[in-house]
Amino acid sequence: MGDGKRRKVGKLESKTRSNIPTVQPSRVIGKAHRKIDAVAKVTGITKFADDLAFPRMLYCKLLRSTEPHATITRVDTSAAERLEGVIAVLTGKDLPIPFGILPVSQDEHALCLEKVRFIGDPVAAVAATSEETATAALDLIKVDYEPLRAIASAEDAVAHPEPRIHDYGDSGNLHKLIDLEFGDVAEGFAEADLVREDLFFFEGNTHLPMEQHAAAAVWSADGKLTLWSSTQTPHYVHRALAKVLELPPARIRVIATPNGGGFGGKSDPFSHEIAVAKLAMVTGRPVKITLTREEVFYCHRGRHPTLMWVKTGVKRDGAITGMHFRSLLDGGGYGSYGVASTYYTGALQTVTYQVPRYKFQGARAFTNKPPCGPKRGHGTPQPRFALEVHIDKIAEQLKLDPADLRLKTLVPPNSLTANYLRVGSMGLGACIEKVVEGSGWRKKFRKLPEGRGVGLACSSYISGAGLPIYWNNMPHSGVQLKCDRGGGVTVFCGSTEIGQGSDSVLAYVVAEVLGVDPFEIAVVTADTDLTPVDLGSYSSRVTLMTGNAALQAAERAREILALHTAKKLAVPADRLVFADGRVFDAQDPDRGMTFAEAVQLAEAAEGTIGTVGSYTPPRGAGAYRGAGVGPSPAYSYSACVAEVEVDPATGIVRVPTIWIAHDVGRCINAAAVIGQVEGSIYMGLGEALMEEMAYRGDLKVVHKIPSLLEYKSPTTLEMCDVVTYLIEDPDPNGPFGAKEVGQGPLLPVMPAIANAVYDAVGVRVDEIPVTPEKVLKALRKKGKGEEGRVGPSSFPDIPWPEPTHVPPPWDGGDGKAVLTPGASPGITVPARQR
Amino acid sequence: MPAESKVKIALDVNGEPAEVAFAPHKTLLEVLREDLNLTGTKHGCELGECGTCTVLLDGTPVLSCLVLGLACAGHRVKTVEGMALGGRLHPLQETFADLGAAQCGYCTPAFLLAAEALLTANPKPTRQEIKEGLAGNLCRCTGYIKIYEAVELAAARLRGEAAEPTQESLYGRR
Repeated sequence: MGDGKRRKVGKLESKTRSNIPTVQPSRVIGKAHRKIDAVAKVTGITKFADDLAFPRMLYCKLLRSTEPHATITRVDTSAAERLEGVIAVLTGKDLPIPFGILPVSQDEHALCLEKVRFIGDPVAAVAATSEETATAALDLIKVDYEPLRAIASAEDAVAHPEPRIHDYGDSGNLHKLIDLEFGDVAEGFAEADLVREDLFFFEGNTHLPMEQHAAAAVWSADGKLTLWSSTQTPHYVHRALAKVLELPPARIRVIATPNGGGFGGKSDPFSHEIAVAKLAMVTGRPVKITLTREEVFYCHRGRHPTLMWVKTGVKRDGAITGMHFRSLLDGGGYGSYGVASTYYTGALQTVTYQVPRYKFQGARAFTNKPPCGPKRGHGTPQPRFALEVHIDKIAEQLKLDPADLRLKTLVPPNSLTANYLRVGSMGLGACIEKVVEGSGWRKKFRKLPEGRGVGLACSSYISGAGLPIYWNNMPHSGVQLKCDRGGGVTVFCGSTEIGQGSDSVLAYVVAEVLGVDPFEIAVVTADTDLTPVDLGSYSSRVTLMTGNAALQAAERAREILALHTAKKLAVPADRLVFADGRVFDAQDPDRGMTFAEAVQLAEAAEGTIGTVGSYTPPRGAGAYRGAGVGPSPAYSYSACVAEVEVDPATGIVRVPTIWIAHDVGRCINAAAVIGQVEGSIYMGLGEALMEEMAYRGDLKVVHKIPSLLEYKSPTTLEMCDVVTYLIEDPDPNGPFGAKEVGQGPLLPVMPAIANAVYDAVGVRVDEIPVTPEKVLKALRKKGKGEEGRVGPSSFPDIPWPEPTHVPPPWDGGDGKAVLTPGASPGITVPARQR
Repeated sequence: MPAESKVKIALDVNGEPAEVAFAPHKTLLEVLREDLNLTGTKHGCELGECGTCTVLLDGTPVLSCLVLGLACAGHRVKTVEGMALGGRLHPLQETFADLGAAQCGYCTPAFLLAAEALLTANPKPTRQEIKEGLAGNLCRCTGYIKIYEAVELAAARLRGEAAEPTQESLYGRR
């Protein structure tokens, strides 16, 4: 069907529902299925990275820094090397080439070279014949540190440009500074009936996958390296290994084992992966490492602690006239995905409610903590929390129901936002209506007895990023497909199964097109020797991108099979139906053959039957610096109502029920979609009420609670009931109309709960998590006649750069930056319903 | 480090007698995974905090990371590998698979065994009793709801009822 071509041509605005690929009637897509790996998972057969063992295998342990910020003056490994059973010891000088996930942040070393940047930063690696010996050897390594003043928080980084944690970055200890302006926000505020400013803080939290990171490496004497790792991004690990180890990529094979949970925490190339690879090369023996739970906390790459300030102008009816958003992110010790995270704190404010003029200023600080990066929602849960609570406050001031205010200001489908994000299908209105009705919102909001309350919030998320992490023009996802004479089909794809069901998506899509049973499809994934590149399991990209690539490969295979089957049956090819393991004439179903016979026919005529498919997202509409973050082939939408019970004596917030409606475009596997929604609500509940990366409040910057017991996460006893509504508003860019579901439904949970707490007891906790201490503090303040609020009180002065001015589309802009604001002619306020 | 001399014990593993030799400091978790090659038992902390390494010791759920291998001499140990019999899945395994109660699958073996022990003791648990029975096991993927539903469905089937998943659990509320 020339799917890839169709997506690239024409303006989105011209697209209509008729462009949505339809397979009628659907046999596989949209139904509830068992996942293709479900039996392996429930029988314990699935091999996770730590389940691997090899003959003569050595065990690796990493020595980690005990200083938050220090120069390394000496590392003495001689005593460790003398310990019986120790085969090799590595230090920074053995792996001097830097790496990092983003090309602009190549600031990590597998083992620290000249300085350490957080407690837990790896300094040395040991390979020994047993784990106990490797652990004992760590104690024998002597490291001398010359401590430097540590930077403990983002505000501390603003106040202390010296000593610099890194010798690069936009200013002192500020890693990244962004200033983007889309239209004249001052004019927007002047036009407004109400201008409101608010400050919010979102504490950092971590992924906490149940599986500790693990990796195993085997070096072959013919110069080939194989690495198995619990990584979400084998392609990027492949690139990092080639760079740091100075090996040709063709001699490196990276296999991502099924991840025992990822949530973004296994998306960076890590020290431990490089260390075991190098140790395998040095020793000529297989080497494995499994991190301790404490070390998983040091790997982190989780949610950035973020301070936010937002100022919005609105008309009496709630229409937004302008918005100015500032964020300050605490990035931790390294770059990681941080530049992208920073842009993401300002990108998606515009895709839910119409914002005609928008200004975003974002800053990311380096601090001496474990590095922050992408956690489920990547950079967008923090601003979404701020925005949705801010809107709740605006609605109250305007005496409008917050559901009605939102419904009136929705971004229309098939439109372009002020910051040049192309919105396609947009089902948020339907989502809001569903949760309002289902939760009994109209009967509950501001009407429940003291101590009980409801809160509403909405959100949107990307279905994959428009650009790859490193600049290139190649597809983001590739699939190869092989048809066997016996009727089996094998799908090869670089995508990584992290529990979200990506392997199954490939099988369902191919099964739908070729009319075979999904369980007769073999899926081979995440192996750089065997599978074409897929960029990885991040940014909710996998269903849309691998789904489209698989769709193209399967349609090409169907075309080949149809050609030869049509000849044999003397039926026009376009009349053939592929279903139930057969190929037959739609008008005479008895006239047909088995799928296997069709493959044999085609193979006799053409040779081996194999096809490929690939997917490249459409080009973004923006052409300004920073326009790369935010564009996506499709945006998912969610609306959420949370009901809470607040105990005024203890401050404890209980959440009996959350109602969530999610616009997924179209379900590929309905049961898996529900699972992703419920899992997102769960993780959002944890973030809302209890999860936080907490450090001692001194300059030692020690993580207080690096354990599963002390890092509070919801158990079965805290988890709420969830009522899920799926809204299917198919998007032309999604395979069968599908959009993302793995991350979006998490986003509205935190603001919905915070808004519900206000409804329940009349206090604002403008900080995540909403802990009992904060609720009590706010209640006490309220009791004393003060403002019943807990939250930040100021935003520090940041040396913002000169703003980049980009006129919005309705101001005659073309997506490019202009030198002076207002240079474009004909500045007009957009019509409300464009 | 000089290797400690191994000790040998006899025990029942998944219904079969087994003899295994290991260093005496090893936990049951390590003995299962490293010496008996039963890697279906997982670990999340090795400190007794997450429940991921749950196995049944004489029918009772235990955290195998906190039990010494030596202490299991003469006892019955059941792991996830012992749940499916004769190539047929246990009803809990069927319902976990069908409802998506296993996402990444890493905590799944532990939940299955904890649930089996729960249903043995209480064939008709309420939702609250299921929550309490599984409160020692952490799952980061599912939000537990599909796990509750899978336990309820398997419980009904084990009682001989012809139960099927609800439309809402598979497709959401309409």
